[in-house]
Amino acid sequence: MPIVWIPSLLRDLTNGQKSLSIKGDTVRQVIENLEREYPGIKERLCDGDHMRPSISIVVDGHTSTLKLRHRLHESSEVHFVISISGGKS
Amino acid sequence: MNKKIRVQATINGEEFEFLCEPRQSLLEVLRETLGLTGAKEGCNNGNCGACNVILDGALVNSCLVLAVEIDGCNVTTIEGIATPQGLHPLQQKFIAHAALQCGFCTPGFIVASKALLDQIPNPSESEVRQWLAGNLCRCTGYDRIVRAVMDAAQSQEKTL
Amino acid sequence: MTTNLSVDEKKDVYGVIGKNPLRHDGTDKVTGRAQYGADIRLPGMLYGAMLRSPHAHARILSIDTSKAEAYSGVRAVVTAKDLPDVESKIAELGEGTINLLHQSNNVMAKDKVLYFGHAIAGVAAINAHVAEEAAALIKVEYEVLPPVLDVRKAMQHDSPILLDGMRTDELGKKGDYPSNIAAHYQAQVGDVEKGFQDAAVIVEREFFTSMVHQGYIEPQNATAQHNPDGQITIWCSTQGAFGVREQVAEILQIPISKIRVIPMEIGGGFGGKIGVYLEPVVVLLSRKSGHRPVKMTMSRSDVLAATGPTSGSYVKVKMGADANGMIAAAQAMLAYEAGAYPGSPVGAGMGVIFAPYRIENALIDGYDVLVNKPRTAAYRAPGGTNAAFACESVIDELSEKLGMDPFDFRLLNGAKEGDRRVDGPVYDRIGFLETLEAAKNSPHYRAQLEGPNRGRGVAGGFWFNYGGKSSASVSVNSDGTVSLLTGSVDIGGTRTSVAMQLAEGLGIPAESIRPVVADTDSVGYTEGTYGSRTTFATGWAVYEVGKQLKEKLLERAATIWETELDQIRFEHGIFLFDDKQMTFAELASRLDETGGPVVASAAVRPEQSGPAFAAHIVDVEVDPETGKVQILRYTAVQDAGKAIYPDYVESQMQGGVAQGVGWALNEEYLYDDQGRLVNSSLLDYRMPVALDLPMIDTILVEVPNPGHPYGVRGVGEVPIIPPPAALVNAIYRAMGVRMNILPATPARVVAELNKQKG
Repeated sequence: MPIVWIPSLLRDLTNGQKSLSIKGDTVRQVIENLEREYPGIKERLCDGDHMRPSISIVVDGHTSTLKLRHRLHESSEVHFVISISGGKS
Repeated sequence: MNKKIRVQATINGEEFEFLCEPRQSLLEVLRETLGLTGAKEGCNNGNCGACNVILDGALVNSCLVLAVEIDGCNVTTIEGIATPQGLHPLQQKFIAHAALQCGFCTPGFIVASKALLDQIPNPSESEVRQWLAGNLCRCTGYDRIVRAVMDAAQSQEKTL
Repeated sequence: MTTNLSVDEKKDVYGVIGKNPLRHDGTDKVTGRAQYGADIRLPGMLYGAMLRSPHAHARILSIDTSKAEAYSGVRAVVTAKDLPDVESKIAELGEGTINLLHQSNNVMAKDKVLYFGHAIAGVAAINAHVAEEAAALIKVEYEVLPPVLDVRKAMQHDSPILLDGMRTDELGKKGDYPSNIAAHYQAQVGDVEKGFQDAAVIVEREFFTSMVHQGYIEPQNATAQHNPDGQITIWCSTQGAFGVREQVAEILQIPISKIRVIPMEIGGGFGGKIGVYLEPVVVLLSRKSGHRPVKMTMSRSDVLAATGPTSGSYVKVKMGADANGMIAAAQAMLAYEAGAYPGSPVGAGMGVIFAPYRIENALIDGYDVLVNKPRTAAYRAPGGTNAAFACESVIDELSEKLGMDPFDFRLLNGAKEGDRRVDGPVYDRIGFLETLEAAKNSPHYRAQLEGPNRGRGVAGGFWFNYGGKSSASVSVNSDGTVSLLTGSVDIGGTRTSVAMQLAEGLGIPAESIRPVVADTDSVGYTEGTYGSRTTFATGWAVYEVGKQLKEKLLERAATIWETELDQIRFEHGIFLFDDKQMTFAELASRLDETGGPVVASAAVRPEQSGPAFAAHIVDVEVDPETGKVQILRYTAVQDAGKAIYPDYVESQMQGGVAQGVGWALNEEYLYDDQGRLVNSSLLDYRMPVALDLPMIDTILVEVPNPGHPYGVRGVGEVPIIPPPAALVNAIYRAMGVRMNILPATPARVVAELNKQKG
């Protein structure tokens, strides 16, 4: 199962746990399943149908361009990191 | 409307005659009236050198010269540095040494460097840096510009 | 001057990349023929000027433009009333986002002015002088409010509030009360409390940096033609034409299909020419003037006061190490000035601050804070320099306390492939350790530095580098050249570094490629030239088109030789079949008889951009009476992955160093207590000149990026990260004082020296 790392500001929603094994073939499914176990976390990460603009999804070390649609495999690691400008506004 | 004044001058070896308002700088007239856009506006108050031209043999910031002042004078702009035979050694060396990135300050530097080499044909590194201290570059850190100027000086010396 | 230490086994096999052909646009740029944005002249063109706020913080009670409109020679006047209402919604601009309401209000102020120089109205007239005179006749009534100018004061509960609706956002949770803190971010790993308990040595320091400007020599400019049929053309100096198109479309609520943006040559950007300032205004003026083209350029003082400098900041770092020098814990608090609207690069600062090191226990808090200063924009590795200044200074102090060589401390703790960043992700193949080794073994570091008041400082650096979207189109010409269209604006030689990658793939010289920077109608969507992305991502796009071209040309060769495709080989630009051969140029001359033109295109969005690491060494001599810091020697070491165009990679390193030097020693924004910028000229905003710098030596390390066919890593941004810390560390070793405020101006250095004397 993919491993999801929980941002420190959201760990009060996951009983302090920093990383969790969560089922899902895509990032969207993983977030849905995360929400089922820990209600309230989805609206912190997402704004409606997209990720909050200040959050980037990093899968296996690389910033995802497909975001919620990114397909995961069994050993994928998912991080929610603060979006960086990368030399742009 | 400000009354316009007629000015006659030699620019890059050609006779020019134009009308301008007394408040217009030489830089503005070169760019907006005469279509010589090689000299650039970086600051409009004499602090960056991007507008450098040579006026009667002296290196000046054209943003600090009123257009009416050049009546009867000789002006060299970046457009007059190359000859029909080809690029000036300074221009060749700037390209060869990768002494430009965005290229915006480059016309000013080449005009300033020409004025330098006209006065000091074989400058030392510190003389080059001193002379060019009035030309701002934000891209290169000046290293390659200084090398290009000194290399151009050497290659000019060889052909003399 | 320059050394290349490559781990790439293929480096002797490449025909084009790794060499230095003359750049394609060189002649135009040394003769003054290249056309930059302000050089454009169109028939019937009007000239624009802006009216700007004299107050740092005020409500706008009324704006009376009647005298300006009546002024002889004026053809149009616009204010925020001419901008459509937009919601406070986030628009996706490719990878980045903007808040449309803030962007619109920044272009022309609506209810409030939020910084000295905030644009209020635009005027178009028969020449720039008349436009300026008319702008001065616009009467604005203000209710002046107290300005907020200090980042820490802005965070306090009793501070005047800039934006009434602002509540602190914590990953989706909004605060209860109005605040200038737009957002609080956090990253945390392990247990810092325990880590510090286990540390043998701890250093805790505060650092202060000033707002600084990108300092491009070319001011912003934009020219627009709004046609009666609604079609709009914009000519401007920009880092990204597609980004301009999107922003103008959103701000003016016009479909992008109606807008064509033609990027002119650009005189430097460094991140400051991504956001639009003038473009929407000239479009409005063109429409209102009866569809005449309108050109506007910014004055230098407006550029400094009212474009997008980068954040001044307060950064606190605490770091502890065990007796062997292993980092036990690290903690940081970063408060960055966002300026008038949210969006400082504090997130990136948080990502950079401890990135080069393997740390098990860390806690980082970051705050995005509004102040009455211009809205910040990206400046070369945005957010990174402020953070590295703090961390690399603390590391210097720690290594001194431990009696360790500063490079040895970094080598012991340096991150490598498989290590986990504080914010979570695991590193791919990276080259920090190799870069440190190269620096430690460099001729500079091994040379003795002697003499009074002299000292040597070092610092490390990291930058993420960005991927992003790029497109490319090519067609083969009958003389064996290839025309290449990309959307990547060329600020520092990338039309050539990209052309070289295509040439490499086809086995032809770089001179056989004709690279063109195309407008938004002529090439597929391409993100701007920023994020150190162009040679990497647009390079990927041309790699893909190169593959397609090869396929198609092999088929043509098969047609000519009347054989099967799999019988043809292609090596180093030569097509081979049996004992027959044809050069690329020979085949190109025969396309007509084998089926007609050959073209190809590709669009890419590569993710594995590969981070860059740097290590810098600087020797200084400090004048004890004046505090002036003279730089005696500077060496910049950097992992470029694969240097496609080495002269220009080195140039990026030298340029980043020069900006970092200015940031460290002289550049700052000086506001009076009314919030007016008092040093808005290039005389008093003091950037380095040729006299301030020595030759800048460079050492290229090449640890290839596995995410690029040639191993490219972005190179443009990381070189601005180490210089301030390297310089203050050198000043310490020269004089025994640690400068924790930037810039370390002569006056500040003298003040510290006097304090030291007691």
